[in-house]
Amino acid sequence: MTATSPPIRLTTQPRRRRSDKIARWAFRLAAVATLLVTTLIIVTLFRDAIAFLRNLADTDDGLGSLRELGWFPRRGMFDIPTLLVGTLLVTGIAMLVAVPLGLGGAVYLAEYARPSVRRVIKPILEVLAGIPSVVLGYFAISFINPQIVVRIFDGAHRSFTLAAAGIGVGILTIPIIASVAEDALRAVPGSLREASYGLGAERLQTTFRVVFPAAISGIVAALILGISRAIGETMVVAIAAGAVGGGLFRWTPLQPGQTMTAAMAALGFGSDQVAGDNLAFPSLYFVGLLLFVMTFLLNVASDWLVNKVREVY
Amino acid sequence: MALTSPATVGGTAARDITAGMTKRGLDVRGKLVEAVLVGLLAFSMAVLVTLVVDLFVRSWSLWSDRPWDFITTNLNAQNAASAGIGQAIRGTLILCVIVTVIAFPLGIACAVYLEEYANKGLFARLIRVNVRNLAGVPSIVYGLLGLAIFVRLLSGINGGRNIFAGGLALSALVLPIVIITTSEALRAVPRSIREGALGVGATQWETIRSHVLPSAAPGILTGTVLSLARAAGEAAPVLLVGAATGLLRTGNQSFWEQLQGSFTAMPVAIFSYARQPGADFRAVTAAASLVLLVLVLFMNAIAIALRNRYEKKW
Repeated sequence: MTATSPPIRLTTQPRRRRSDKIARWAFRLAAVATLLVTTLIIVTLFRDAIAFLRNLADTDDGLGSLRELGWFPRRGMFDIPTLLVGTLLVTGIAMLVAVPLGLGGAVYLAEYARPSVRRVIKPILEVLAGIPSVVLGYFAISFINPQIVVRIFDGAHRSFTLAAAGIGVGILTIPIIASVAEDALRAVPGSLREASYGLGAERLQTTFRVVFPAAISGIVAALILGISRAIGETMVVAIAAGAVGGGLFRWTPLQPGQTMTAAMAALGFGSDQVAGDNLAFPSLYFVGLLLFVMTFLLNVASDWLVNKVREVY
Repeated sequence: MALTSPATVGGTAARDITAGMTKRGLDVRGKLVEAVLVGLLAFSMAVLVTLVVDLFVRSWSLWSDRPWDFITTNLNAQNAASAGIGQAIRGTLILCVIVTVIAFPLGIACAVYLEEYANKGLFARLIRVNVRNLAGVPSIVYGLLGLAIFVRLLSGINGGRNIFAGGLALSALVLPIVIITTSEALRAVPRSIREGALGVGATQWETIRSHVLPSAAPGILTGTVLSLARAAGEAAPVLLVGAATGLLRTGNQSFWEQLQGSFTAMPVAIFSYARQPGADFRAVTAAASLVLLVLVLFMNAIAIALRNRYEKKW
């Protein structure tokens, strides 16, 4: 009989197994923490927004204060349509700027640019995405309003206009639209382009009749995401749109105005925070909730469209 | 009427195709569209250049007059001649440290959980959807979160309006960005690397620690630098939490006392200066903007360079 060597122990030592288990739980805990952030946001917004509405209903004007001549929180006038119109104007102007520039850039980068050109331009576009919004807000009052808005439109306010804020927000949105749309265009398989060229189509036809329609849901997703960002952009509007204390309900981009984010900014910033017992400060949470719900719906829609592209190809 | 004869149709089509393929001369429409596209892209680039040049020209007087003094003196939104960004720079640096300590470990751990442990489960799907939605929440909402939760949580220190509350709000803001970029980096690590480690008997944690994380490190680093740049440039959450916008006196308090007191940050300082109506504040705002822009763009450039340098094709 030959001596058998002792069997090799294939089981993991308890110490290593324990640390493996601890690591697994630590990682899971971190994942739960992200859920906690969302929960805290939703709970805070709903609780304080509902508290605001309750207290508002108890005042003399009741919930009628939500439809007034304008947004003057310190005087108890919480006209939500004023803010919605302001937001709509800023977002609309931002899209007028960002959609052609962003989509044009995306189409060029995805379909026309040689790889060497793309390698240079793509990072520059990403740098554009890194501009802090306060800097753009300052650019909007120091350059965009006096040099562009006032020169083109007679009767525009000399220092603050919603239009200047909209252009500023648009510049911030260009890289977002460009990068999502470019991803969508590049996700279209090369075989479609080859088939199109094979039938004798030129680049122009291939791009706009074949690739663009094939990527359309991704491009729409890019636009929706851009709108969502424009709605949520705060600092550009807080600096460049001017109306600090409040604003009248009006449909003009050439005057100072108030958007949802700018109204929140004016209520909540630093030393300006409105003291305790009146309802001005709590209205911040109500506007915040509206903003959160709007951007949430837009983001879900955009996400759904992006996933649709991913499923097709 | 007879149906169109195949011969005629075929003949016409053939002629058209031949003409199309042998046609000489410029494709005017195609070139025109290409030119328009290049023009649009060039316009976007021109905006960036205009921004930098404009800031530079506006702040030139200040840079030639008192560059060092401006960078080191305190926040002062009342007197442009003695306004500076010393406290703001320090505040931004401390905020970045807080974000690094809180958001990065948490974000990287969450990404590891999503990519390495729970790939398909319902819980993982929930977390993924949640992270994507968090990434789209406007920054000012994170300010509300900070105001309602973190300020209350830290109310023991200076009523809660301190730099830690600001740092926590910014950490929540960049958390989804860290998770998304880290997830991408982890996904790029090929299966075979993990299988190699698991095959020689490593536990999953050992595989992650010794193989997966080191392989994904450049990608993770890129993501973290990008999110730091984002945190450095965000104003709204910090302002809502209660950063000082007017005048901030720190005197000769100790560092720990200063940490507990009021704080400010670069974007907050720019916002304070931009709101001042006087013409003499123009140069101050432009100079502060230029400093922040250079800082943030520099961080972005590092991140992009890192990514291009270490972009691995496995």
